[in-house]
Amino acid sequence: MPDGAKPVLDVKGLRTVFRTRAGEVHAVNEVTFDIHAGELVGVVGESGSGKSVTMMSLLGLLPSPPADVQSGSVLFDGQDLLKCPAEHLRDVRGGGIGFIFQDPMTSLNPVFTVGYQIMEPLRRHKGMDKARARQRAKELLDLVGIPDAGNRLRDYPHQFSGGMRQRVMIAIALACDPKVLIADEPTTALDVTIQAQIIELVRDLRRKLGMAIVWITHDLGVIAGIADRILVMYGGQIVEQGPVAHVFARPQHPYTRALLKTVPSIRGARAAKLNVIEGQPPILTAPPDACAFRARCPHAFDRCARENPVRIPVGEGHDVACFWNPETGGPRHG
Amino acid sequence: MADGVAKVLVEVRGLKMYFPITAGLLRRKVGDVKAVDDLSFDIYEGETLGLVGESGCGKSTCGRALLRLYDPTAGSVHIGGDDVANASGDALRTMRPMMQMVFQDPQASLNPRMTVADIIGEPLQEHTRLTRQEKLARIYELMDAVGLNRAFANRYPHAFSGGQRQRIGIARALALNPRFIVCDEPIAALDVSIQAQVVNLLEELQDRLGLTYLFISHDLSMVRHIADRVAVMYLGRIVELAGRDALFDEPLHPYTEALLSAIPEADPGLEAARERIILKGDVPSPANPPRGCNFCTRCPKVMDICRTVKPALAEVGPGRLVACHLHPPPSDRRPTAADEAEEHPTRRSK
Repeated sequence: MPDGAKPVLDVKGLRTVFRTRAGEVHAVNEVTFDIHAGELVGVVGESGSGKSVTMMSLLGLLPSPPADVQSGSVLFDGQDLLKCPAEHLRDVRGGGIGFIFQDPMTSLNPVFTVGYQIMEPLRRHKGMDKARARQRAKELLDLVGIPDAGNRLRDYPHQFSGGMRQRVMIAIALACDPKVLIADEPTTALDVTIQAQIIELVRDLRRKLGMAIVWITHDLGVIAGIADRILVMYGGQIVEQGPVAHVFARPQHPYTRALLKTVPSIRGARAAKLNVIEGQPPILTAPPDACAFRARCPHAFDRCARENPVRIPVGEGHDVACFWNPETGGPRHG
Repeated sequence: MADGVAKVLVEVRGLKMYFPITAGLLRRKVGDVKAVDDLSFDIYEGETLGLVGESGCGKSTCGRALLRLYDPTAGSVHIGGDDVANASGDALRTMRPMMQMVFQDPQASLNPRMTVADIIGEPLQEHTRLTRQEKLARIYELMDAVGLNRAFANRYPHAFSGGQRQRIGIARALALNPRFIVCDEPIAALDVSIQAQVVNLLEELQDRLGLTYLFISHDLSMVRHIADRVAVMYLGRIVELAGRDALFDEPLHPYTEALLSAIPEADPGLEAARERIILKGDVPSPANPPRGCNFCTRCPKVMDICRTVKPALAEVGPGRLVACHLHPPPSDRRPTAADEAEEHPTRRSK
C-alpha cells in the first residue's frame, strides 16, 4: 500500500441500523477502511454480513426508513458524503463513484434501450448533447467488449445475454470515468466461463483506466485472482484486513481460517469430509458488545464474551479483530 | 467408484427432451428447443454421478426427465429395471417412491402454509398406509437423520434458515426410502459455510442408506468433492464422462478444459501462475444449435471437421467417454486422424 498518498475514499466508524417492526438490526457496526487510487479491494463475507449494506450506506442508496446511517464519515474528494446535501450526492453517484449491482437483469430498466441507459449518466453528469453522448456510449460498449457496439445501442436489455448485460452495467458504471468503482457481486449470477471473461475485462480496464475498485463477493477464489487487498466482514464488522497474499498465506481470524478451509479445491488431495463452520451467522439486534463470531468459534475463551475485539495490526498492513493468536494458540497480548 | 462389478441402477438410453417453440396466431410449432439431446449414460448403484455445465446446458432438464417430471420426447430411462420414461398411470405411481428429488431453492420448494411435519409426511400420506402414530414416528426419525430438532416439527418453513430448509427438503426426499435421488443444485442457494454442512449430510446419508445420487451443480470444486464420476454437459449433450480424478487431472474435451481453467482458486500464488483459457462469446441457443459439434463456435481447438460432423460420445479409455474429434475412439482411429489432431491442435478454419 503506498503510504503518504491520500486515499480516494476514506470511511470511518460507519454505523447503519435498520429499524423494523421486529426491532433494530445493526447491519453495519463501526466499519473503517480506505481505498487508494488504482487499488482493488475485495470484500468477502457470508450473506447478511453487511458487505452490500456498507457500500450502499456510503452513497445513501438505502431507503430511509427503515435504514438509518447513524454515525461515521465517508470522505470522498475532501467532502463527507454522509453530511453533504442531496444535490451533491446525486453528482457523486454515477459521476465520481460508479456502482455495479449483482443482478444485471433487475438493475437495467427493461423499457429503455441500452444506449439510452448508458447515455443517461453522460448527459446528466457530463452535460453532453445527444450526439456526443451516443458517440461516447458506443466507445464504452466497445471498451467492455460488446461486438457491433453501434447497432447494439438500440437494443433492449432482454436482447442481451447475462454476461453481456453485466458488461452493459460495467459500461454504465464507467461512463463518467469514476474515481471509485463499487462492484457488488458482479459475477455471482454468471457462469464460471462468463465470470472468467468479466474478471479478465475488469483486470484489463483497471490497467487502462487506473481507478480504485471495491469488489464485493463471497467467492474467495475470485478475490485471490484479482484483489490487492482483502476485507473480511462478519456480523457487520471488518474482522480482518490485509494484502491478499498475506491474508491467504497467514489468515489470523478464526472466521477467515474456517472460510478458507470450507472451500474444496479443484486440485490436490481430496478431503474425506468438508470442514464446516457450525451454526448460523448472527443477527445483531443490538450493537455488539462481545465478539460476534464467538458462538461459532473453536478458539473462543472468556474474554471474547466480555468485550468486542478491535482491529489490531499484525504487520505489513495486515490487521485483525481477534483476541486469539494463531501463532501461539493462546490469547493475544494487549 | 465405477469398478466392473458395480451394478447399474439407472440406465439412460437416447434420452431426448425437446420443448416446442410455437409462433403465430394459431401457435403452430415452428421449432424445438433441444434442451436434452440424445443422452445415454449409466449410474451405478451407490455412486454419485456429478452432472456439471453452464446454465442453460440442460442439466436440470435432464434430472427432471429422469424422474419423469417431464415426459421425455424420446428414449428410455430404466431405474432398478423399471422403464420410468415409458410407464404410465398406476405403474408409474408405484415407481415414484424409489426415486426422489432435492430441489435447488428450498424457499420455493417448500409450501409456506404447511408445517415441517406435514411437508415431510406428505409422501408418506400419498404412498403408504401408516397410522398417524407410525407416521409421526417416521417423521421424527427423518428429522433426526437430517439433523433437525424434533421440537420444530410444528413450525413453518419461514422460521428456518436456508441450510435448515434444505435439510427439510432432504428429509422429504428420504421419506419413502428411495434408492435414487436427483440433487438439483442443492447447495447453490446457500452460503459457503452452510454448503459444506449440507454436502457432508448428503454424504453421510449415502454411506448409511446406500443411496445413489445424481448431483447436478455448476460448482465444479464441490462436484470434485462429492462425485465418483462426472458428466460434463454442453448445450444438451454430454461432452465428457469420466471418473472424477481422471476428469479433473486430465480433461480431454476442450470445453472441460476451459471450464476447469475458469474456476477461480482461493490461492493468490496459484492464481497468478495459472494459465487461463478464456472462452469467447456465449453459449449458442439450444433452439438453433450449430451444425457440427455444439462447441465449435467457441472451441479454441476447432478444426474443419468440427463444423460439419457432430462427434459422438465414444469410449476412448476404460470408463472415459468423450465426444470430440480430437479424441477418436481407438476402434476407428485411422493413423492420420490422431496425428493430424496433434499437429494442429489450435488450427482455426478461415
